[in-house]
Order: sequence, then C-alpha cells, then structure tokens
Amino acid sequence: MSQAIAFRAVLRRDVYVTWSEFPVFLAQVILQPLFLLFVFGKVLGSLGYTTNGYTDLLFPGLLALTAVITGMQTLAFPLVVEFGWTKEIEDRLLAPMSTALVAAEKVVFATLRAVVATTVMIPVGILVLGSIPWRWSGVPLLVVAIVLGSLLGAGLGLVLGTLVVPNRINIVFSLVFTPLLFTGCSQYPWPSLDRLPWFQVVTACNPMTYVSEAMRGALVPSVPHIAPGICIVVLVGALTVLMTVGVRGFYRRAID
Amino acid sequence: MSAVDVSELVKRYPKSAVNAVDGISFGVRPGEVFGLLGPNGAGKTTTVGMLTTRVRPTAGKATVGGVDVTADPVAARGRLAVVPQRSNLDRSISIRDNLTFHAAYHGVPAGEAAERADELLEQFGLIERGNVKPDMFSGGQAQRVMIARALMHQPQVLFLDEPTTGLDPAARLFVWDRLRELRERGVTLFLTTHDMQEAATLADRVGIMDHGHLLAIDTPDALMRSLPGSTTLELATQGGDGAVLDALGAMDQVERVEAVDGRIRLYLAGDAPQMVAPAAAVLAEHGLHLDDVKLGTPSLEDVFIHLTGRTLR
Repeated sequence: MSQAIAFRAVLRRDVYVTWSEFPVFLAQVILQPLFLLFVFGKVLGSLGYTTNGYTDLLFPGLLALTAVITGMQTLAFPLVVEFGWTKEIEDRLLAPMSTALVAAEKVVFATLRAVVATTVMIPVGILVLGSIPWRWSGVPLLVVAIVLGSLLGAGLGLVLGTLVVPNRINIVFSLVFTPLLFTGCSQYPWPSLDRLPWFQVVTACNPMTYVSEAMRGALVPSVPHIAPGICIVVLVGALTVLMTVGVRGFYRRAID
Repeated sequence: MSAVDVSELVKRYPKSAVNAVDGISFGVRPGEVFGLLGPNGAGKTTTVGMLTTRVRPTAGKATVGGVDVTADPVAARGRLAVVPQRSNLDRSISIRDNLTFHAAYHGVPAGEAAERADELLEQFGLIERGNVKPDMFSGGQAQRVMIARALMHQPQVLFLDEPTTGLDPAARLFVWDRLRELRERGVTLFLTTHDMQEAATLADRVGIMDHGHLLAIDTPDALMRSLPGSTTLELATQGGDGAVLDALGAMDQVERVEAVDGRIRLYLAGDAPQMVAPAAAVLAEHGLHLDDVKLGTPSLEDVFIHLTGRTLR
C-alpha cells in the first residue's frame, strides 16, 4: 500500500477536526492580530497618536505575525501534548507510513491552517481599518510570503514541540513567544531601525523579520524594506535548518 | 512461517550500562496466544517496542508477519496492531471516528471501514456510544475501544500491553472473553503482563522474562510441571531461620523449601493435607507457632519465583 494513502488520511483527520470546530479555530488565530490591528491601527490612529501611514506598514507586519504565530501554535502545542500526555500521536506513528511523513503531515497541516488564518486577516483588516494597502501586482510576492511565513511558523513549532519537555512548556513558550512576537518587525519596518542599531541586529536574527519585510515589499513597496530576494533566500535557509532539526527531534521523540 | 520471529535481539539505551533486552530469541506461531511475563523493568515493554517499530534494536533481528521490523518498519506497521496499557485514543473525535480513521490510515476503503466499525462496536458492546468522544469513557471502555480500533485493519499480530491492568473484575472478564474470541478466529495475540492469572488463563505459551533475559518459554502446564514438587504447602509463622527450613526440607515427601514473603513454602512429592501435622510438629520443635496453612498446586508465580528467586511485584 502506498504511504501517500496513509498521509492523506492523517491530513484528512486534522482537517476534519479543524472543520468541526471552525469558529473556535478562527477565534483562536484571529483574536490576537485583530486586537493589535484595532488598537494600533484604529484606536491610536483615531486618537492622533500615530500618523496616517502607520496602518499601511503595520498591516503587512500583522499578516506576517499571523502566519508565523498560527503555524507555530498549530504545531507546537498539540505536539507537546500528544507526545507528553495523551499519546494520541501513537496511532499515527503506527500507521504504515514513514516517521518522517508523520512529521511532514504536521508541517503541511500547520502551514495550511496558517495560510487560511492569514488570508482571513485580509477581509478582517478591511473591516477594522476601512481600507488596507493593496497592490494586485504584489499578490504573487504576497502569496510567497504567506506560504513561507506559514512554513516558518510550522518549522519553529516542530523544533519547539519536539525539544521541549512537557512540564517546561509554559516557561519555554513565554520565553520564546513574546520576544519572537516583538522582534519580528511586524510593528515597524526594519530599515527604519538604523537609529537603534543594536535592536536592528537583534531583529535581523529573527526570521520572522524577513516575512514582515517581504509582505511590505508586496503591499507597500514605497516604505523602505529589505529586498524581497534577500528575504526569500534567508527564509529558505532558515526553513532548511528548522526542518532538519525539527525532523531529527521528531524521530528522537517517536522512536527510542 | 512464524507470526513473530525474534533472534538474538538486543536493546541498550544510550547512557545505560546494561542491556534492557539482552539477546533474546523466540518465535510465536500464527494463531497462537503468547504471553510475555515478567516484573516491571524486565524488558517486556522494550521487547514489544522493538517488535512494533517504536524502539530501534541495538542488535539482532525481529520479524512480524514475515516482515523485518528494522529493515521495513512501514510494511511491518501494516501487519501489526498495538493496544497500549494507557488510553491513546484520539480525544478530538468520536469513538466511531477513532475506528474509521484508524482504518483509513491503513488504507481500508471507507465503505468497508464503516461496516467493520459497526461490527466491532457491536461485538465490544459499544454500539450505543459510537458517537461519544473518548473523554467520557472509563478505563475498561477505553480498553475495549482500543482493541476494536486495533482490529480495524485486520492485523496479523495483535500486541496487547498489560491488557487488563487497572480494570475492575467485570471489565477484565469481558476483555478476556473478547480475546478468547479473537483466538478462536485465528488472530495471533502477543500479550505482556505481570499478572500470572492472566497469562495462565489466556496464553497458549508463556515466556518468562527478567533482567532482559528470556528465562523459560513453554506452555503454562509444562512450566508448572517442570517445577520440582507438584503440590505445595504454605506455612504462615512468625520468624523461621535456616535451621527450621533445613528441618522441614529433611522431611519425607518434601522436595524443596522456600521462604517467600514471611511464609515458608514446601514443594511436595505427595499429598499436601497429610503433611500439615508433621510440618506443624517440626515448627513446634523449633519453638514456632503455626498461624495459617495454605495448600496448593504450583502456579506460574511459583515457576517465576523458582526461576528468578523473587516475587513478581
């Protein structure tokens, strides 16, 4: 029997579960960017604390944030729980497919969820802000950035989910999540940080920065941003490292 | 062809000084119920882990359903099924979905899977609760669901880890009955247990494991017959030193004496009841008082004590 059948069945199970609780899924992934968008874009703008152009550079950043965080959350939390407590993953590890494919399915599913969540942010942005920066000619790059950002989140989730021991999950996630959230250039464009050089270095080390910058390259190219080509190269490199480490970690958890 | 074939199988975990499984070899015939018996830490779980592709052997070879589990784990997974000791049911979906998705993972067409799920839910007394999620289930019910799930892809060998540990007596009997039905249908069952009664009741053959070694392997009857002394007399008394044991051992008909958990056990060649009075007399000579007696035929537990020098728990 082909392993593709097992792979598709496992993927179908994940989609089935998400579909059966779709409103919960939406609330889970949209709430955080929605509030960020509302407070930083709408509220602060209405009160006059931010200038008009700020929402234009914030919105692409929030798309990046949604893609990365959703991919990571979808993969990491369930993985820690399944390996650590519920052992639910065992039935899939014993399916007639290679262990690497079980890990790959996790990545594909997390990426799918992140792509859906990020796409949903576009109408949400229009609703909250009234209008969003949009360029049809930037759509191909936008799609690439959404997919790479979602994959990046999934890769981070795979690494975290397999490295973290269950009783440390709360500590690790708060230690990783918040810095990742605020050093990923979702709320500010990277080149503007040259007034804060040390922070520019810090943010350059966060791969999410390159997702945010690629999104800006797609939607608001007039704002100074890192060249999309560089973003894509860095992201592909980061993905290669994360997937290698993550799959290795997955094997370590799956097989003694 | 054997259902399970194990040859010189070794597992040493990293950073461990000893082998968890130390070069064991045995075979299980198709349709046989095989019980691997041993205390916690004996190496049973590691052995089953290797046979079910979740533990990588350090050395040696193992096949399940004729497939080498190290060389082709993917094919081996299609031929085996595992019922773990603790529930690992998918909590996000209903019992029925647990069964049908498991079948889908194994490439069973949807229509066939639905039919099989109905049959198995019926057989395991779960048909009314098919749409319930596993969270609501007791340990015994979860165990039944896991056995039903394991059968969905019609495995050649079904591995059950401590299938009735922690179940109440009624649930335990129910599971035993289902396992007997499976045996009648020709499914090869491989159980691990530290429950002597379970092994003696269910297994055609029993392997006794301790410290990573397979100490004996045979039918429960043959194992019990292999013990010197066909009947036992157990004496409960306060104290009892080597001299008492020697004196008891010197009596006619007594083949062997053991002190087990504060009791003295005599293995006899003849009738146990006749030996009560002479044994009490020997105790009295040594100033000991006989508090209680228990007559018995040897059990697998006795075989185990004989082989390992200790009790199971």
